[in-house]
Amino acid sequence: MARAITNRRKTINTAVAWAIGIAIFFPILWIFILSFKTEGNAIATPLKMFFSGWTLESYGLVMERSNYFRFFMNSVILAVGSTLLGLIIAVPAAWSMAFVPSKHTKNILMWMLSTKMLPPVGVLVPLVLLFNKLGLTDTHFGLVVVLTLINLPIIVWMLYTYFKEIPGEILEAARMDGAGLKEEVLYVLTPMAIPGMASTVLLNIILAWNEAFWTLNLTTTAAAPLTQFIASYSSPEGLFYAKLSAASIMAIAPILIMGWFSQKQLVRGLTFGAVK
Amino acid sequence: MGRIVLNKVRKSFGEVEVIPPLDLEIEDGEFVVFVGPSGCGKSTLLRLIAGLEDVSSGAIEIDGVNATSKRPSERGLAMVFQSYALYPHMSVKKNIAFPMKMAGMPVAEQEERIAAAAKALNLTDYLHRKPGQLSGGQRQRVAIGRAIVREPQAFLFDEPLSNLDAALRVNMRLEISELHQTLKTTMVYVTHDQVEAMTMADKIVVLRAGHIEQVGSPLELYRNPRNKFVAGFIGSPKMNFIEGERAASRGAHTIGIRPEHIDLSVDPVEGAIVGKIGVSEHLGSDTFAHVHCEGIGLMNVRVSGEADIHAGDTVYLQPQEHNLHRFGEDGLAITL
Repeated sequence: MARAITNRRKTINTAVAWAIGIAIFFPILWIFILSFKTEGNAIATPLKMFFSGWTLESYGLVMERSNYFRFFMNSVILAVGSTLLGLIIAVPAAWSMAFVPSKHTKNILMWMLSTKMLPPVGVLVPLVLLFNKLGLTDTHFGLVVVLTLINLPIIVWMLYTYFKEIPGEILEAARMDGAGLKEEVLYVLTPMAIPGMASTVLLNIILAWNEAFWTLNLTTTAAAPLTQFIASYSSPEGLFYAKLSAASIMAIAPILIMGWFSQKQLVRGLTFGAVK
Repeated sequence: MGRIVLNKVRKSFGEVEVIPPLDLEIEDGEFVVFVGPSGCGKSTLLRLIAGLEDVSSGAIEIDGVNATSKRPSERGLAMVFQSYALYPHMSVKKNIAFPMKMAGMPVAEQEERIAAAAKALNLTDYLHRKPGQLSGGQRQRVAIGRAIVREPQAFLFDEPLSNLDAALRVNMRLEISELHQTLKTTMVYVTHDQVEAMTMADKIVVLRAGHIEQVGSPLELYRNPRNKFVAGFIGSPKMNFIEGERAASRGAHTIGIRPEHIDLSVDPVEGAIVGKIGVSEHLGSDTFAHVHCEGIGLMNVRVSGEADIHAGDTVYLQPQEHNLHRFGEDGLAITL
């Protein structure tokens, strides 16, 4: 018998779901509203959600004061660069673990994941010293390498899962058909794994875009991405809520828009293999 | 040319020996079927020939050349898989073209061969579809198309019909047999279905636990099974085995009699085996009677479809003496 759901229960469930949804979304909504207030209105009490006199003043001031485009480009370079570098390393790694596993494959996968359990601050000092010694501080290259290494375990895990779903017989057929390793990966494996790879790429770009700890600690100006752009509107100048909010909206807007348009792909990719 | 010789080929996975040292010769142009119950090593043996598995020891010769350490693509063999193993992202045409593309064949020749294969396999109208848009039978034909365009030295089939429904299976069986007659290329075919083996093979290799139990033409195996296992495996319905006094009186530990070699009578006959019909299966042309016999157990009997027999009838069974098979205690056939 199907479980009977009374109308009252349905109403309560809906209300609770909406409440939780709004509670989660509220900070972003609040930042969005603040960004359209004047600096004075932003700190005026009582706090008002609905007000007259919406203004783009803060956006104008932020654009005037900082070179948004440079930060934006740095974010793109770091996110895309680290994702590409990650794929170059992760595709062969995931391939070998999925199709020619050894006794230790499971352990290696677990070990890779375990590096994500270490708090990043634990390796901050050695990394900062290394970066200074090697002259990598505030360079695109240095940051791309660090972001790649941070996200590599996730890329390998995701690709490994997708590759595992590909029937081995198809790869054997390719081998019988005369494909060498290169052709097998290029013509058969990669096209079949494209949906999975797309989700991996998307997720990784989002993670790299939002990464704040390392980008804040290892960059100053030349390679500084949007996280630095937001940070520059916080404490050093006192808290200017309206400008800070405008900067935050400008920083997250690109990734939000990208996420919005690719959400189908993301959800499909992330639940791939969960349901046969 | 496609003569394949296995010389003391052995395969083990870790501690487990799947195929003990085994010798086999497959002549050029022959249709050879490996048959046996699941887990008997028939698919492994095929994969060893294909090069998808490495032999643990021994040698595989293809056309007089030692191919033991050659890569699958260098052996000149084409394989058709049970799951079809088509490339899902490629159209039918690209699937068929793939091995030729890998071989670097000129495009004009590729087109020619694709057209010929598509015509032979009734795929011309489907060339631009993706495998996902085809039925099981069509997919299997694409897989065969992909194999024939290479003009291989031999075809390897790994239970290619198992995923098809019964009616389609009979059709595809005929198509593969016809293909063999047209191409006259060596074919090695793995199945667990003895009907497929009997209907298609020039030569059947019966395998059990990695051992070859017997090699021979379908009728040789049917008429002169080397042991009880082959006798029971080949032929449908299965051969009946009788032990005890009746066997001993004929100088054997066990006697075997096929269901079609038993005369069934509803009137009492002296010296006949008396039994009661449990289930009778009416196929129209034939009727299979499952008869419970005192002191022997269940006997399968094949009678004409016209025979008027029903469950619960008492019947009298007389095995035809000249069709009896005699087996010793070791299970081996006793030849007179």
